[in-house]
Amino acid sequence: MWVYVARRLLLAVPIALGVTVICFGLVFLAPGDPLASLIPGDVSPADLAKMRQLYGFDKPIPVQYALWLGRAVTGDLGVSLQTGRPVLAEVTGAIGNTFVIASGAVLLAFSLAFILGTVAAYHVGRPADRLATAAAVLGVSIPNYWLGIVLIIVFAVKLNILPATGMGSKGSTSFNILDWAQAKYAVLPIITMAMVPLGIIMRTTRSAVAEVLNQDFVQMLRAKGLGPVAILRHSVRNALPQMLAVMGLQLGYLVGGSILIETVFTWPGTGFLLNKAILTRDIPVIQGTILVLALNFVAINLAVDLIQTAVDPRIKRT
Amino acid sequence: MSDRGITIADLPDVPENPAALRVRSYWQTVRYRLRYDYVTLFFLAVLALVLMTALLAPELAPFDPTKTSTINRMKPIGYRDFLLGTDELGRDMLSRLLWGGRASLTMGCGPVALATLIGGFLGIVAGFIGGRVNMAIMRIMDVFYAFPSVLLAVAISGILGGGMANGMIALTLVFIPPICRVAESATTQVRNLDFVEAARASGAPALSLILHHVLGNVLAPIFIYASSLVSVSILLASGLSFLGLGVAPPTADWGLMLSTLRAALYVQPLVCALPGAAILIVSLSFNLVSDGLRRAMDVKA
Repeated sequence: MWVYVARRLLLAVPIALGVTVICFGLVFLAPGDPLASLIPGDVSPADLAKMRQLYGFDKPIPVQYALWLGRAVTGDLGVSLQTGRPVLAEVTGAIGNTFVIASGAVLLAFSLAFILGTVAAYHVGRPADRLATAAAVLGVSIPNYWLGIVLIIVFAVKLNILPATGMGSKGSTSFNILDWAQAKYAVLPIITMAMVPLGIIMRTTRSAVAEVLNQDFVQMLRAKGLGPVAILRHSVRNALPQMLAVMGLQLGYLVGGSILIETVFTWPGTGFLLNKAILTRDIPVIQGTILVLALNFVAINLAVDLIQTAVDPRIKRT
Repeated sequence: MSDRGITIADLPDVPENPAALRVRSYWQTVRYRLRYDYVTLFFLAVLALVLMTALLAPELAPFDPTKTSTINRMKPIGYRDFLLGTDELGRDMLSRLLWGGRASLTMGCGPVALATLIGGFLGIVAGFIGGRVNMAIMRIMDVFYAFPSVLLAVAISGILGGGMANGMIALTLVFIPPICRVAESATTQVRNLDFVEAARASGAPALSLILHHVLGNVLAPIFIYASSLVSVSILLASGLSFLGLGVAPPTADWGLMLSTLRAALYVQPLVCALPGAAILIVSLSFNLVSDGLRRAMDVKA
């Protein structure tokens, strides 16, 4: 197993490097001079030439990449053109907020998907299965940015029981999920975000549990006279690692893809930051946010693989 | 409905003449299975209808989709001649929804089609040649896999700047890696089969091996996988327009309409919900039709 862990860790290195190459290359996709997109517009030509030298834009591109990577590794992702603050501080300030709703959404999705998926697996082909499967398809088909708007209409505008947008009191830096006055702001974003993972985890659960139920040892348990609850305990235990792996991957997708939902709910996370940066063409912030989110996704994938190897002895990986 | 993995089509017909048992061809079997899959057929009809209305938008739309009117802003559903009300600039919603279907369907289906061509080509090449070429292509794809799809699409179109063409480029890049992976694994499986080996041994050149022996066997899984991406693509494309990164105003597009109507959320909530409902119907239909085709064509997920 340790050989696998070492190999998997080593495998993540070229992927992470590739991610940095793409993020570095993004600046060159921007129309116009890459340097001009990194600094404010009202700079004199003399200063621009100085900056070009300082940032190394007069050097060949591979050298530029090495210099940029060197700075990025030390946490220097440039400075926001809008706020003048370091990009890293902007991103780290926002990513916690994204994790709040993303982890809430994954937990909600997992608990619902667990119930729906298990029920469906026990009734394959019967109405309960059809209904649960239909719910799963609906979950992955619904445009969640639209669902967010509909939920705002119903719960904020019509019923007026939940706040529509924002993250509670202005300027508060810490988010306390146990304080309802604050937590209620997270309810609608979490529900909206949970839809896609709900559909995907439910499908995985259904097929994983149904597969276990078809195995010989379940026949054996039945023959021994075990009741449905005891059989459920055995089958879920066997299906759980796969479900947890999907859940982990979904967390990665949600944290990286939060832009639409955070825009709908003006939730001040990384997606909101990214959207703001795109609207104002704040290239350093776009680049930095994407780099952090993509590396975070690589790290979550790595963690999921390693945890799965650790908890599931059936997976013999070398 | 074949959730149990076996359908009526799998059972042999009672032969009229037992001596000559008629064997159905693959495509006959697929058609036979689809004929009794009413859910798939229904949503296929829905898709056909949506496609028709989008194509015939110039004929069907009662008003000019870009003509604004200050006095007719934000009218409710059924107000005078406006069957589905008007938007925040007084434009007829029905006309905009019909025209919007064109932009949304183009931006949703176009990238998948392009990515199927490019990703399919790369995947078949990687799988057929194998070795270092395979390594090179697939490792590059792995890097793109390290980005959540929404993030990659937003990153590319955000940097390139908005616009429908840039949005479609971004989405095409998002879908190339997954399609390439499916094509590669399907090709790797097929190329090691005996009949390909036999053809190779009899001196068939690589191109004819690919065209005659590999292509026919990998197209079904590639096609099925690509069809399952259309729904995702429609959602992503509308999402980009929603963020202002896709179709530019005043062109009608469902995602863009949803975004501009947000300002009017408190005035006419029902009208604001319409474009999203259109996206939902199309994405749901594509999902269910793709699932139905997968079952009918008997391709593993």
